[in-house]
Amino acid sequence: MPDENLQSPEAIRVVELHKSFGTHHVLKGVSLTAHEGDVVAIIGGSGSGKSTMLRCINFLETPSSGSISVAGERVAMHPDGSPSDRRQLERIRQSLGMVFQSFNLWTHRTVLENLIEVPVHVMKCPRDEAIARARKLLARVGLAEKEGAYPAFMSGGQQQRAAIARALCMEPKAMLFDEPTSALDPELVGEVLQVIKGLADEGRTMILVTHEMKFAREVATHVIYLHNGLIEEQGSPEQLFGAPKSERLKQFLKTVA
Amino acid sequence: MIGGAVLASTLDLLALSPPGWGATLLSGLAKSVLIALGAFGLGLLIGTLGAYGKLYGGPLARDLLAIYTTIVRAVPELILILILYFAFTSSINTLLLSWGFERIQISGFAAGIAVLGVVQGAYATEVLRGAILSVPSGQIEAARAMGMPPLMLAWRVTLPQMLAAAIPGLANLWLIATKDTALLAVVGFAELTLVTRQAASTTKAFFTFFMAAGMLYLVISVFSTLLFARLETWARRGQVRPGTS
Repeated sequence: MPDENLQSPEAIRVVELHKSFGTHHVLKGVSLTAHEGDVVAIIGGSGSGKSTMLRCINFLETPSSGSISVAGERVAMHPDGSPSDRRQLERIRQSLGMVFQSFNLWTHRTVLENLIEVPVHVMKCPRDEAIARARKLLARVGLAEKEGAYPAFMSGGQQQRAAIARALCMEPKAMLFDEPTSALDPELVGEVLQVIKGLADEGRTMILVTHEMKFAREVATHVIYLHNGLIEEQGSPEQLFGAPKSERLKQFLKTVA
Repeated sequence: MIGGAVLASTLDLLALSPPGWGATLLSGLAKSVLIALGAFGLGLLIGTLGAYGKLYGGPLARDLLAIYTTIVRAVPELILILILYFAFTSSINTLLLSWGFERIQISGFAAGIAVLGVVQGAYATEVLRGAILSVPSGQIEAARAMGMPPLMLAWRVTLPQMLAAAIPGLANLWLIATKDTALLAVVGFAELTLVTRQAASTTKAFFTFFMAAGMLYLVISVFSTLLFARLETWARRGQVRPGTS
């Protein structure tokens, strides 16, 4: 790692994270640090723990041990790993925009209502202001015409773009993407990747779990390869994709190519 | 003409002004509807708390709720009404007396709502528990991930999402509530069935009055069914209907 002083402030730090589901030890001590503007891609095979690692960052999964800090603030935890300060966690979650594999837009609300829901009702932003921001974001992801539509009546690609806009509408400090294109038909993947790339280009901090190796290579500033709950190899995309060192990663890249 | 005479005397019996019994029947109907509304509302409140308690409560809450829903759903409602009505009124009076207050006459109206509400609550607990479980976990997870506090999440995400699944069951409960008010006749409350019986035995026109009462219950049920259908359509906004895509 280069000298800390030369880097922008720390956005997300994960230290020695462990996670077990019952007797199944999924994460066996993983750490990562993302500075502002970093795009960290987490890759790995199915069952490697990459989604679990991402979901631990905003405590959708409760870590078994380890620590999570967002913008230098450590999430308060009980000894068993569960969050001990609900208000702190809610505040931190509002600063992390999460995008799910299955979109998870609220089906009983229109696209615009989905976008302004949390800004207006949780973050107490004036409604007019939230609507103006939401419309700008919808235009940006190419859904200006769809603000009154219900999510179930849109294509997967449109839903995922709306979900990205919903996360952005909270004006988060960082974005978390959990396999954002895995549930999409192949012809819809491009439109979503294009939106994500646009965010990377404008310098947003992002952590991205993905199966799209070509895309990871293109947008990431740092790549982490997880295998069996441990970081097998990490480094710049050129390093990992161009000259992988470990046998496992070489094998993995061969199978997904 | 015999037919004409029968019709005329029927209309006389049902006339709104005395000696017709129409006004009495309608006031009985109004009381029935108000009690049903109160009991249904109370049942919804108990049911919502009960469903959340059963799903997310501690072991003690779950056991107590299991006992409540099992007993209430196992025992015939007529017996429950008799037990609860007399137990409810006498225990309130026992309490009042022990605190040094005078014995009071509890209004049949309040007691009726409380008793039927407790019965409705047991069924509503199960209807709502199933409906809450039908909400896709991703919908709730998205709200949690964005920092929505638990109560707001229940109110703004879970409850509206489960409504579509709950409405058919709740519509049944409402219809049962309107008809269960007739059971309050046994404790002497002047709802529709009791006043109908009074009218019938006074005039000996049993057929006329019970038919009239039956028609009134039918009107309520038809009207309610239409209302619930509209409510369900609204609750299902945003859902793709099976077979349309």
